[in-house]
Amino acid sequence: MEPWLSGLVGLFFAASLYMMLSKKIIRILLGVAMLGNGVNLLLFTAGRITRDVPPIMPLDAYAPPEGAANALPQALILTAIVISFSFLAFLLVLAFRAFQDLGTDDTDAMRVAEPLADPGPPRGY
Amino acid sequence: MPTPISAPGWLLLILAAPFLAALLAPVLQGIAGRVSAFILALVPLASFAALLTLVPEVSAGARMTIGLDWWPAYGVRFSVLVDGLSLTFALLVTGIGTLIVLYSGGYMKGHPQAGRFMGFILAFMGAMLGLVLADDGITLFVMWEATSITSFLLIGFDHARAAARRAALQALVITGAGGLCLLAAVVLIGQATGTRTLSEIVASGETIRGSALYLPIFILVLGAAFTKSAQVPLHVWLPNAMEAPTPVSAFLHSATMVKAGVYLLMRLHPVLGGTPEWTTVLPLFGGATLITGTIMAVRQTDLKLMLAQTTVASLGLLVMLIGVSTEAAIVGAVGYLLAHAFFKGALFMVAGTIDHEAGTRDVTRLGGLRAAMPVTFVSALVAAVSMAGLPPMIGFVAKEALYLGFDESGRTALVVVAVAGNALMFVIGFAVALKPFLGPPVKTPKHAHEGPFELTVGPAVLGVVGLGAALGLGGFQAGLIAPMASAVAGRPIAPELHLIPTYVSMPLILSAVTVALGIVGYLLLSPARAAVAGIQSAIGWGPDRGFDQVVAALVAFAALVTRIVQPGRLELYMTAMVAFIAAALLIPLITLGEMPSWPSGDRPLLKEAAVMLIAVLGLAAVVVARTRLTAIVSLGIQGFAVAVLFVLFGAPDLAFTQFMVETLSVVILALVLTRLNLGERDHRPRWQMALDATVATAAGLGFAALLLKVTQVPFDRTLTDFYDAYARSIAHGRNIVNVIIVDFRGLDTLGEIAVVMVAGLAILALVRIKSRTPILPTPETGKRK
Amino acid sequence: MNTIIFRTISPLLVSLMLLFSVFITLRGHNEPGGGFIGGLIAASAWALYGLSHGVPTVRRALRFHPMEIAGFGLFLAAATGILSLLFARNFMTGLWAFPQILGVEVALSTPMFFDIGVYFVVMGSMASIALSLEEREGGV
Repeated sequence: MEPWLSGLVGLFFAASLYMMLSKKIIRILLGVAMLGNGVNLLLFTAGRITRDVPPIMPLDAYAPPEGAANALPQALILTAIVISFSFLAFLLVLAFRAFQDLGTDDTDAMRVAEPLADPGPPRGY
Repeated sequence: MPTPISAPGWLLLILAAPFLAALLAPVLQGIAGRVSAFILALVPLASFAALLTLVPEVSAGARMTIGLDWWPAYGVRFSVLVDGLSLTFALLVTGIGTLIVLYSGGYMKGHPQAGRFMGFILAFMGAMLGLVLADDGITLFVMWEATSITSFLLIGFDHARAAARRAALQALVITGAGGLCLLAAVVLIGQATGTRTLSEIVASGETIRGSALYLPIFILVLGAAFTKSAQVPLHVWLPNAMEAPTPVSAFLHSATMVKAGVYLLMRLHPVLGGTPEWTTVLPLFGGATLITGTIMAVRQTDLKLMLAQTTVASLGLLVMLIGVSTEAAIVGAVGYLLAHAFFKGALFMVAGTIDHEAGTRDVTRLGGLRAAMPVTFVSALVAAVSMAGLPPMIGFVAKEALYLGFDESGRTALVVVAVAGNALMFVIGFAVALKPFLGPPVKTPKHAHEGPFELTVGPAVLGVVGLGAALGLGGFQAGLIAPMASAVAGRPIAPELHLIPTYVSMPLILSAVTVALGIVGYLLLSPARAAVAGIQSAIGWGPDRGFDQVVAALVAFAALVTRIVQPGRLELYMTAMVAFIAAALLIPLITLGEMPSWPSGDRPLLKEAAVMLIAVLGLAAVVVARTRLTAIVSLGIQGFAVAVLFVLFGAPDLAFTQFMVETLSVVILALVLTRLNLGERDHRPRWQMALDATVATAAGLGFAALLLKVTQVPFDRTLTDFYDAYARSIAHGRNIVNVIIVDFRGLDTLGEIAVVMVAGLAILALVRIKSRTPILPTPETGKRK
Repeated sequence: MNTIIFRTISPLLVSLMLLFSVFITLRGHNEPGGGFIGGLIAASAWALYGLSHGVPTVRRALRFHPMEIAGFGLFLAAATGILSLLFARNFMTGLWAFPQILGVEVALSTPMFFDIGVYFVVMGSMASIALSLEEREGGV
């Protein structure tokens, strides 16, 4: 199963990075959203894949059932999902505010910090 | 050379005391005001007295060390060496330091930052003391840099003026570069000899002179010494350092710090000296510096600048003498170094007093002050006599000694250079000491009168010392000159200096020539000044201008590089990053032959394949979406597909979370994106899209190959087994994922929820910021406003 | 989204979701669930309520600002860790107690309160994000 998921992860990365190479902040944002999923799947797959059985012990047992999934990457991913969502929300609001104040969604046109007519560094002491 | 004996423990206290006093100085200044200078001066005075008690033992040939382990893993110690060389320097630093602290109290009286100034001066004194007493090479380097930094702070003390800032920066750049040379030299010496302890290095001269590393070490040591001791063409920072308040010029830039380079050459003379490189390069640079310094001194009208240029010249003279490397030359160097510290320190203080009391330092606007400032006048005269090399001052003895050194070497060129330089110093000495005081009184910006006790005591004491050293030459010679010269030569020397020449020798004749030339020069000073100024403006370029040009070129180069690598276009940065990631993933896999084998084995079940297909379709739909709504919905599709994958592969917790997050994502995306235009499909030209697609695909391929490779190597279950085994037995939980999150790795989770919370706060702040007028108004936003 | 049906059903749905979120959080240690999931469900409930009845209604119902709730959660989570210090254990060592309450053995533990802290942080932050964005829309 892992090879198939590896291929899927590759597609996730390719698609999201392609989106992030755009100049439009919306496309970049969508790329970031997909990248989070790609990274989570990468972690998940690297921890090896098993079918169906979750890492939860039966009532009377002190060990997970035979063939249970690897719990460690799941713990990593669970928090990663929430954090990447917070991050996405922040980027979204940031992009929105930038659009409001700068009047553009083109990263090339966002030139408040680095104006095209750069006077250069100050001379003298 | 005798093996070092243990030095008394209070030496370490002496090294710490100036720094402690520096911390106290600003507070004390606030409490005690003018009196604080007298209290603070007790620190160097006590150190001076304590160091004096070591003189008998050291002059008998003893060497003492003491130290603490500083960084044992690298064999770095904080260690101290007391021998004739370091003790004499330490006495100069503390002795002149006492006078300077007092002088500063009078000079800075009423200045709002006087406490800070006192602190800097004392900190510098501590650093300088550490420099001359250091035994460990790293200690030497640290203290060397500490003197550069305190010098920077003192030159830039009046930081509101651009000239002061420039001078401070220039001094720091040049002497700092020298400091790095010193560090490299210490490391190389350590490689060649296996030790970084100066007292041991001094004994291993043969090893280093025979080593292949000799030349690099020699060059690096010269780099350190020539920057610190202002040799041509690196001398420019020293005259510019006159931007500092005068006590600084007197202390750092004539009596002590600028001698650090000379100290280094003297300290390493037994190791590096006497080789053809040494006896060629040093006199060459020293001679050039002597001539440049004296000629430039003639050109100046500012008292301090005249003195500064002669300091450059004197440093050149010292380097010349060390370069000659014979016993007589070393004795001459030692004698001249001491004499110079006395008379130059005194003259600087005199210049400062004149400036302080009369309001100007311009020699052409001064005159007739002898009546108003009699004590200062006498002090200046005594110092000038010493500087001119006339009896009965120590300057005369020193000059006789150094002429003897040059004469014995048989190098006529050096003799000529030395005589010319000394004649010009004669001129400048008397120009500084006589011009402001003689002649009819001139109206000065301030009504001139004698300075207070703090300002007059320094030059007077130094004058007395200069006279006393000459009159009591026997004791001075046995106590300081002989031990110091022996330490420089690396073998015992018994110099025979005389105040009254016993016969008409070659040095005496040279002295007479010097005096004759000097008198002629003094009379011709004004036309000579005009001539030098004319030549200088005709040339129009000097190392000082060069420094500005180098700095400007550096800034321009930095700006150019920044423009190239940071053009402010996000997609270029992103392309570079993604391309680099792709290369970093693929190139090692390919070149190291670690590509994963072609996969075989189990096929996905139908439901799994279907979900994966849905995910891929969702991805593709996002990429090609033409409208916002399509893009958001497609994004949701791939997200939910991932959630279903989690369900299928035994991760219900993840699936749950993913479902909720995707739902919320779609909601907030919809809320925000209704305000934004996704626009037409893309704004990129076709070639750009092709390039981006290639780069992104390469990166995706890299991740896929890496992941495939990872899954093909054996799996390490150690951690998983640990959590499986203990989740219930010690953490009382059956859901292992949750147990890891809230118990085993609870600290991580604490950090993560803090991040979530910070993100929430940041969003709140962004939303609540009042919308300003658009910075770059466009028709679109103009409408909205 | 201002339809009668939506407005009528949503309070019921919201209260069910909130109840469910508590249930999911508390059972998390033994079954799928936990503070992260519970918090997300609760935040979704508030977002839903905001869409149907307007943000001011939600803010009144919450009494506290969502970020204050999140701050309380972070405090609670950190405090459970510090509690271990008071018992002379390492920071965040799990402490357990099994008191009999009304004849039933109840498992009380610092990880449980930690998870409740996570619940509040996630609910508060996410609700704050969603509500502030909904507010911009002028209470659709």
